[in-house]
Amino acid sequence: MRHEVLFSGFGGQGIILSAVILGRAAALYDHKHAVQTQVYGPEARGGASMSAVVIDDDPILYPKVAHPDIYVIMSQQGFEKYGADAPPSAIMLLDSELVLGRPDCRYREIAATNEAKDTIGRVIVANIVMLGAVVTATGIISREAIEQAVLDSVPKGTEDLNMTALRRGFELGEEERT
Amino acid sequence: MTTLEFMQGNAACCEGALAAGCTFFGGYPITPSTEIAEQMALKMPKRGGVFIQMEDEIASIGAVIGASWTGARAMTATSGPGFSLMMENLGYAVMTETPCVVVNIQRGGPSTGQPTMSAQGDMLQCRFGSHGDISTIALVPSTVQEMFDLTVKAFNLADRFRVPAFLMSDETIGHMREKISIPDSVEIIPRKEPKPGMLIYEAEEDMVPGFPTFGKGYRAHITGLTHNERGYPEATNPELHEALVRRLVDKVESRRHEIADYDAVNTDAETVFITYGPSTRTVRQVLHDHPDETIGHLNLRIVWPFPEDTLKLFPNAKTFIVPELNLGQMAREIERHVTGQRVISMGRLGGTIHTPAELYDKVQEVA
Repeated sequence: MRHEVLFSGFGGQGIILSAVILGRAAALYDHKHAVQTQVYGPEARGGASMSAVVIDDDPILYPKVAHPDIYVIMSQQGFEKYGADAPPSAIMLLDSELVLGRPDCRYREIAATNEAKDTIGRVIVANIVMLGAVVTATGIISREAIEQAVLDSVPKGTEDLNMTALRRGFELGEEERT
Repeated sequence: MTTLEFMQGNAACCEGALAAGCTFFGGYPITPSTEIAEQMALKMPKRGGVFIQMEDEIASIGAVIGASWTGARAMTATSGPGFSLMMENLGYAVMTETPCVVVNIQRGGPSTGQPTMSAQGDMLQCRFGSHGDISTIALVPSTVQEMFDLTVKAFNLADRFRVPAFLMSDETIGHMREKISIPDSVEIIPRKEPKPGMLIYEAEEDMVPGFPTFGKGYRAHITGLTHNERGYPEATNPELHEALVRRLVDKVESRRHEIADYDAVNTDAETVFITYGPSTRTVRQVLHDHPDETIGHLNLRIVWPFPEDTLKLFPNAKTFIVPELNLGQMAREIERHVTGQRVISMGRLGGTIHTPAELYDKVQEVA
């Protein structure tokens, strides 16, 4: 089954890294296939950054995102540019502090930035909190796979911080699951 | 043994070069090829190789040619504007029969155009861009795995035929990340050395002279001027010039069916897509979504020298559709070789790749 995940936020939030980690987790640790792409234009350096991951059990032929079924939105500008037109069949995880709009599709409000800032104490891991929530809210890949991929991808010395963030994200995604 | 990785196309190109034994990278970073220079700068010194950032792309290809004469497998990576600057020295590489690999991660042109967007606008430039009659080899990957595999192959072909080999990729494949399997070792076809008693530019039966690596005791004179078999200029001898240039072209062109690398699918079809690079992926999606085997597909991993015999693999073909990220550059070549079949060019500009729906609609339209 082909899944298309679209991430958007603002430059510096780690939107691209989130997509790379998700793709890596699916491809290397859940033994699926994954293609990660991103927008490279100047708007990605400060405006609305966007990255996408296609995940499938079979090899991925057309590599671009055509019809996302999962949206992960972490800024209002990202919502307006990439999320506002999400089709009713999609599901959206949005950062409830940073995104003011709400889509027509099913959505989950995840307080990723608040959690990172207030509970964990480092706003920089907001993207990892969100990534944890994506995994438990959608079940698109396993917890074990995303844990391995996060550990592969974060700087040495920040493993505990990132694991704390990821696991808090797991909880938020589960709480929100309906 | 192989190692699985999740990596970017440009990084896979780097890994392919290193696996192939590349020990020299000379380049000037340019979007969307920059990651290749970045990775080379990081990895090359750790393997005892040389990374050098030159003042521009003219100097970059010059340095690569020089390094190749010391016996190194040498490479550069660039995009449109840098590729244009390399044209004169690439002709020098052809004339002096210097093996080298030039990676072009194509972006939208002309001029500085669209630095961050995908294109295939340099497909004729790599074939005809340098002055004089030349023939070179161009490989086009459509997956991250092929970025690795075809980079390795480019080095082997460059050494075997003593020509520049071009990896003509594009922003889409260069920047996407996907799963790749990296083998512990790859097949390396070494350059042949001159046979004892043969002159420096005396070609063997395969039209390729042995390579007299600098520092190995050969007396070699290398020049871009028309030269005799001893390597010395003889630029006003009409017969010599004709024989030399014909050999430089024929050593590649006469082996085009041996060099060819392609997949042919649904060969009974009347409507056949011919693709290279990212549109290969789109056509495969169309064939997957419409599995009735009525749509043929020829995917070319090597486009130059053009393997025209592959067209004959589709004996029932009435229409060839050629989706490419330019205004019909390879379609033009295909038109030269068809025997009555219609060639429909689906040129696309702007930086995004063809969608499956677009291509399927075209099939319906021509049927």
